[in-house]
Amino acid sequence: MLFRYLFILLILLPIKSFALIEVDITRGNLSPLPVAVSPLSIDEDSRNSFKKILKKENIGSEISAIVENNLKQSGLFNPLNKDAFLQKPDIANLKPRFEDWNLIKAQALITGKVTFVDEKLRVEFRLWDVLAGKEMMALAFTTVPSNWRRVGHIISDKVYERLTGENGYFDTRIIYVSEEGPKTNRIKKLAIMDQDGFNNKYLTLGNELVLTPRFSPTNQMVTYLSYFKNLPRVYLLDIETGMQEVVGDFPGMTFAPRFSPDGKKIIMSFAENGNSDIYTMDLENRIVERITNHPSIDTSPSFSPDGKQITFNSDRSKYQQIYIMDSNGKNVKRISFGNGLYGTPVWSPRGDLIAFTKLHKGKFYIGVMRTDGTGERLLTENFYQEAPSWSPNGRVLIFYRETKTNSKGEGFSAKLWSIDLTGYNEKMVTTETDASDPSWSSLLTN
Amino acid sequence: MNLRKIFKNGFLILLASLVLTACATQKKTTGQVEGDVYTGSDSVEYLASGVADRVFFATNETVLTTASRETLRKQAAWLRKNSKLTVVLEGHADERGTREYNLAIGERRANSAKDYLMTYGISSDRISVLSYGKERPVDSGTNPLAWSKNRRSVTVKAN
Repeated sequence: MLFRYLFILLILLPIKSFALIEVDITRGNLSPLPVAVSPLSIDEDSRNSFKKILKKENIGSEISAIVENNLKQSGLFNPLNKDAFLQKPDIANLKPRFEDWNLIKAQALITGKVTFVDEKLRVEFRLWDVLAGKEMMALAFTTVPSNWRRVGHIISDKVYERLTGENGYFDTRIIYVSEEGPKTNRIKKLAIMDQDGFNNKYLTLGNELVLTPRFSPTNQMVTYLSYFKNLPRVYLLDIETGMQEVVGDFPGMTFAPRFSPDGKKIIMSFAENGNSDIYTMDLENRIVERITNHPSIDTSPSFSPDGKQITFNSDRSKYQQIYIMDSNGKNVKRISFGNGLYGTPVWSPRGDLIAFTKLHKGKFYIGVMRTDGTGERLLTENFYQEAPSWSPNGRVLIFYRETKTNSKGEGFSAKLWSIDLTGYNEKMVTTETDASDPSWSSLLTN
Repeated sequence: MNLRKIFKNGFLILLASLVLTACATQKKTTGQVEGDVYTGSDSVEYLASGVADRVFFATNETVLTTASRETLRKQAAWLRKNSKLTVVLEGHADERGTREYNLAIGERRANSAKDYLMTYGISSDRISVLSYGKERPVDSGTNPLAWSKNRRSVTVKAN
């Protein structure tokens, strides 16, 4: 079970004080909240035990570094420099001297303790409101030592949730296409990594072209397009077992797959005699249903989170535009009317927005609009970029961008980027190789 | 207010850099393009003497040009003469589109060529179709000429 490691979580103390600190995530955050992440304290014996098992000098500092990095990357928090910390980690965790932390302008403080108990990793952490001088949250986890990075992500999620009032997105993974070689003959492999770029793993060898991987709602399965034996078809891959199978028995190319929100169906396009229409296949009974029947190209379908509607792009009005329809294909309605071409619509997990790629006057934009097509906002513009995928809390988009590597327009590189829904905090996501077609998982722990 | 200023400046810098890169890419002028369709011979291979292996398309278009139809009539004649041969029509798009839509447009381009070969008497069971979308450009350049070469359907011998 790749994602179902042993996790015991207990709340140490009831959350008694209401938060005085609040982070407003609905607007671009120009003054991120100053937060002090004190290294998790660790006793000598535990430290030595983890050093043996995990080859890490001080696992306490390593875990707090993950938390620090996550909070910083979100753009909403400003983790303060540790050199300025006056109080030692072990004492801070028992009873912080709030005056000291106030002095360095920390508004929130994270402390904690790591111990080695019965061959397991036990982590407790506390979140403190420095100005109010109060504890906001205290939690403890016990898990297998190899899960140490995930502990860092879970702490980050808890802190984010407590301070913003929204679900976090740090204990998640990204599946993407790793790219190497010349543009005319790219080698592409499926790859998976933690949201912060660690624990990268390749899932295919690169013998055949693979494109557009997407997670199932429970993150166990991936659906993607493979050119195995030069027959482009939608495949299903079990990440845990490595088992792969073709989805359905179509006499031609199937592509643009995604899961339905209940994970029971795959929605995709099937191309036949120059016409692409949208189909679903039930993974249990294998029943195939045709959803659109139109002589235009209908592709890139994506379900609404309640499963009742589908957004897709079609060139039925001559050029590529975004449409919505009921899940049975009825009530087709065009929603994009701005200048340019619109593609790759993806319904937000919150249900209120559709993210898209727009192509206008030689430039590519990633944007969002409401599901009736109003309120279009373009978040980022570039020479070439596409394929947004939502963070599970609907606050951040990950996409990929190709750039020319020199001023003569020669060479190119493809990288993953993320941007906040507000249009701020655009960042490159580090990957071992060039990368494209990212898909964000849901939270691994709920 | 301040924010708006920052935005405006950032935007101007971005615009300026885009203009610069655009100038840099438009210098290449080998080959020919007519009305957005490639008419040169760079990258073209021959199935037999005088029988070109590929046809080119305009941006976002899948209809055959007069020149393309002439090329395909020659391919049909060659296929009639070599009646044991089967072919794969590989449809391609340029990089200026979204990946999934481009897979569909590549499939449609290859089928335009297939339909035309069929009207000239080639049986559909001798022709299969394979779309690569924008995955296999023949020219890796990022300029209109390169893109015109990449919008193509290529007839490849399958046996």
